[in-house]
Amino acid sequence: MKALKLAVFVLFAVACAKEGNNSSTASSTSSSSGSVDLTGAGATFPYPLYSKWFDEYAKLTGVKINYQSIGSGGGIRQLSEGTVDFGASDSPMSDAELAKAKFGPILHIPTVLGAVVITYNVPALSAPLNLTAPVIADIFAGKITKWNDARIASLNPGVSLPSSDILVVHRSDGSGTTYIFTDYLTAAAPSWKAIGKGKEVSWPAGLGAKGNEGVAGQVKQTPGAIGYVELAYAKQNKLPIAAVKNKAGKFVVASVPAVTAAAAGVAKTLPANTDFRISVVDAPGPDAYPISSFTWILVYQHQRDSVKGKKLVDFLNWALTYGEPEAPTLDYAPLPSEMTPKVKAKVATIDFAGAK
Amino acid sequence: MTAVPAQAASTDRRRLKVHETAIGDRIYEIVTTFCALVVPALVIAIAITIFAGAWPAFSKLGLSIVTSSDWDVNAGKFGAAPAIFGTLVSSAVALIIATPLAIGVAIFLSEFSPTWLRQPIGFLVDLLAAVPSVVYGLWGIFVLVPMLREHVMPFLRDTLHLGATPFFSGPAYGPSMLAAGVILAIMALPYISSVSREVLLAVPRSQREAALALGATRWEMIRDAVVPYAKSGIIGGIMLGLGRALGETMAVTMVIGNRPEISASLFAPGYTMASLIANQFSEATSDLHLSALTAVGAILFVITLIVNAVARWLVWQVSRDRAV
Repeated sequence: MKALKLAVFVLFAVACAKEGNNSSTASSTSSSSGSVDLTGAGATFPYPLYSKWFDEYAKLTGVKINYQSIGSGGGIRQLSEGTVDFGASDSPMSDAELAKAKFGPILHIPTVLGAVVITYNVPALSAPLNLTAPVIADIFAGKITKWNDARIASLNPGVSLPSSDILVVHRSDGSGTTYIFTDYLTAAAPSWKAIGKGKEVSWPAGLGAKGNEGVAGQVKQTPGAIGYVELAYAKQNKLPIAAVKNKAGKFVVASVPAVTAAAAGVAKTLPANTDFRISVVDAPGPDAYPISSFTWILVYQHQRDSVKGKKLVDFLNWALTYGEPEAPTLDYAPLPSEMTPKVKAKVATIDFAGAK
Repeated sequence: MTAVPAQAASTDRRRLKVHETAIGDRIYEIVTTFCALVVPALVIAIAITIFAGAWPAFSKLGLSIVTSSDWDVNAGKFGAAPAIFGTLVSSAVALIIATPLAIGVAIFLSEFSPTWLRQPIGFLVDLLAAVPSVVYGLWGIFVLVPMLREHVMPFLRDTLHLGATPFFSGPAYGPSMLAAGVILAIMALPYISSVSREVLLAVPRSQREAALALGATRWEMIRDAVVPYAKSGIIGGIMLGLGRALGETMAVTMVIGNRPEISASLFAPGYTMASLIANQFSEATSDLHLSALTAVGAILFVITLIVNAVARWLVWQVSRDRAV
């Protein structure tokens, strides 16, 4: 009797646990058909801009979009499972990730561009430090360890550099920022190829700090430190940033126009049927800032719900037309104008064939 | 002789009456039994989920996830040894710092403190447990780490000449195993001191008076009569603090430096298992990566279980010693 009672209770408890589990996932999807019209999840980097867009779009059309900035990886996972209507990512999905998506092909819709800047704490410096990809790579690989190393000095003639140690600070959490930075080093510095690119890599040197604010905080506090953060974060916090030599041989300080210029250089050479999984690091063009990247909204090509699908398409078209000009106010770089029609053409290929 | 059946009958009636009104008792019993069973059921459900999620990593990577130091996501290598090492070392450092301090606080509050001071100090110490860990982390970044880098580390290394030992050598960046240990000590301290204070206060007055009557000084009374009596409770408090230290994520991630390397020096940055999971889970997309992170969670789960088992055993040992 006692044992039976126990067994019943355990079953009940397990059932409750399961029930709770189901209802929590159910509520997140059911809410999308209630007061919220579309749900999305993904990258944290474009979140400030996206939330501004969603806000304005809701005021204009009444269509509410709920976006959770849980990180690109989480966004890709949720979209693959079909628990959100769209995802967002700072790095393009790999072929393996695309193959795992449960509801057919996924389109990459570039929205804006971001850039990664090198910030440092060398109190003696007044002008921006000049750096090149091979030198950045060797600093972050721990091969250049002193600020007055001959290779840094030769890029900065006339600047008196201290003889102190360089402390490398990188992101400890998986991040699109790290992806863009390592994508650039892999593309532009042969010595980095062994380490490779990714949202997290096996760093040979330095400290890991969590988030842009972690890296910036550590760099600010430690004389001799160097790190990388997003352009928007650096600008809003007025961090010192380095000028980086681009493919055309010019030292460029990151700015919104310089980032758009990088995309423009690449956009010219885009094939007509591109899937927009393109990298713009180390882009050609005299004004291009080389550590730049698109950020993407990810959507299924064959929408399963024609009502939601149409809302999503409408929103994307609105964002590409009216949202883009607002990007610079939040330090994001808009798409180059010659690229927008191509992206809109891609949005037009979304159909509702998945609908039941 | 005649009284016996009457008495039996009356108790029978009483029992009957109890039985009649016992429906409330039954409900109470059912509700409390349910509550008591939910917790173990939850723990089992969590364990099953974690181990099921971790299984692909365990079967593919084998023991290397525990023994290897090479955590390279791009190369598909997942060796969590530095994180396991970091979790154990930072928690050990925390206990080494927190235990004497916490027990000191507890002894002062229970034995020496004037009654009017007992409440406010006890309240302030308990308040440490209510501070969110991200606040500790921020304090760590802006106050503790610079202080360690500029004052404490040079003092330990150069003034005390501890730099000659491997434990305090190397450059002082600030974020380090030592910083993590100090933050964890502050976080574990209120747990240890609260429990210790309560058990010390629960030591019977007669115990103290007996010791004093035998001519013991106050110090001897505390050492020989009070603390031994409360020992099992104090150990329980220490283990509670250790549990806190092992599982802490946010504050540690912010000050430990997140470098997956095993170093003897407390000045060197390190990594912990909880930090590893917190750092990488949100951006993990490959199946093996996710599974490896879950496996790290499973290992942490097992370590916590072992710590708890050891704590039980210690408490049991101590209380048995006292019984004898």
